Amino acid sequence: MTDVAAVEAAITDAHRSDWAGMLAATVRVARDLDLAEECVQEAYASAMRSWVDTGIPDKPAAWLTTAAKRRAIDAIRHDRALRSRLPLLLEPEEALEEATMQELSHGFAEDPRGAVPDDRLRLIFTCCHPALAQEAQVALTLRLVCGVPAPDIARAFLVSETTMAARITRAKKKISTARIPYRVPRPAELPDRLRAVLAVIHLLFTAGHTAPSGASLVRPELVDRAIRLARMLGQLMPDEVEVRGLLALLLATDARRATRVDSDGRLLQLKDQDRSQWDRAALAEADDIILGCLRSGPPGRYVLQAAIASLYAQAPSYEQTDWPQIVALYDKLLDVWPSPVVAINRVVPLAMVAGPETALAELGKLERDGRLSGYQYLPAVKADLLTRLGRTRQAAAAYQQALALAANETERAFLTAQIAKGRAPND
Amino acid sequence: MAQYAVLIYAQDSAHAPDATPEDTESCNRHSDELVEGGSMVMAFALTPRDMATSISGDAITDGPFVDSKEIVAGFYVIEAPHLDAALEIARLNPVVRDGGGVEIRPVHSSYIRSDKQAAE
Repeated sequence: MTDVAAVEAAITDAHRSDWAGMLAATVRVARDLDLAEECVQEAYASAMRSWVDTGIPDKPAAWLTTAAKRRAIDAIRHDRALRSRLPLLLEPEEALEEATMQELSHGFAEDPRGAVPDDRLRLIFTCCHPALAQEAQVALTLRLVCGVPAPDIARAFLVSETTMAARITRAKKKISTARIPYRVPRPAELPDRLRAVLAVIHLLFTAGHTAPSGASLVRPELVDRAIRLARMLGQLMPDEVEVRGLLALLLATDARRATRVDSDGRLLQLKDQDRSQWDRAALAEADDIILGCLRSGPPGRYVLQAAIASLYAQAPSYEQTDWPQIVALYDKLLDVWPSPVVAINRVVPLAMVAGPETALAELGKLERDGRLSGYQYLPAVKADLLTRLGRTRQAAAAYQQALALAANETERAFLTAQIAKGRAPND
Repeated sequence: MAQYAVLIYAQDSAHAPDATPEDTESCNRHSDELVEGGSMVMAFALTPRDMATSISGDAITDGPFVDSKEIVAGFYVIEAPHLDAALEIARLNPVVRDGGGVEIRPVHSSYIRSDKQAAE
């Protein structure tokens, strides 16, 4: 008998580090996402039972994958029709089955999961296929690539469990009906398709970094999932500079996690954060990655964003930040990614270089542009600039506008406090 | 292999009753290419929006069913092993670079009367 707690720990560990590879390898055999998912889940359940009796195997992931694949083969033998209905893979079925059987009887060659290195990539690219709505891409990635149970995904995005389950079911149905292929895109398609994958990971991160609503500012589980995904993608596609850039961006941004709120959960601005508490190891890793990326050619969107986040973090104090260099990086970023959100972010360092008056004029242009009318950070930045110019009444009005658009409780509390602060000396 | 319908959305159809061969040249050339490539299953060019009549409930009205800038100018069915291959074929349609676009939908089932049945 093995200690139940030890078995549980081993299973949790295997789930965290190997779910994607396990599912991807099982999809190969099952040729169907639902069936593969079921088989992997059953494999975990059976591990719980048998590891208590027989002890934890040397290679838990290999054990689990074998168990899941065996179940898939059994299921297919019992229902051949199912397989022909859902031709998720492009390889001829017979060759595949034979290879799998050989694997199962002779053990695995180099990769303990028996997955060709591409398998997890195929899974990721299928989940992030542009024929699926982005919210479905996000949900599928969490469910299938990260193994997060659907109810947990529902909680993370504040929708009901039924809504989330329906969203995932609909997406899977489209994958099988429209025959979205389980494959890595060809080089010609890769840039577009990779952009979609990176966007999903980035969206997961931002949803965790500043929760779109609710009481707490950060949803650490989403942030950690996003970072782990970016890391995995980086290992699978080591030549893609933007993948590494994204990882660096997430690391450099998340390094400040512990200091973004004070001990009472109140939001702290960058200038008020305790820099000694920043995660130096994460910042150093981000910095290393960025330097490597910058050496391999003209930087793309994520590398530039990472470079900005890293430069902000390198300054010994807020006042000593290299503002002109940050503005220069934002200019480059606007060249490769002309987004109005980037233009707003640029206004903040611009105020430090050219003064709040100039920054306010720049912001006015963006306001008239109209594309960001529902974006809470526009009035928030405006309010901050107005405060610095001593125009408190206008600042209060802008803070009110931001408050009306903010749904996260921590941010709302911050904005409310700013309004009160502005009122105090005048009233 | 699976069948996908490709619906062509354009401001109007080039296939007017009095259209000249020049008017319909680019559409026809593209269609010929798909036939030669072996992916075309069937194709229908429709007449312009002015020729359309719509029915909803008891009402019969002049014009396309949905009142929008683009109408369905025609549709065809292609055969492809999977969605990515179908998208690759569909995006070659000249309308995609000409202000319009295409919509790709997997075919559920179809019926076309054979010549033999028509003769009966």
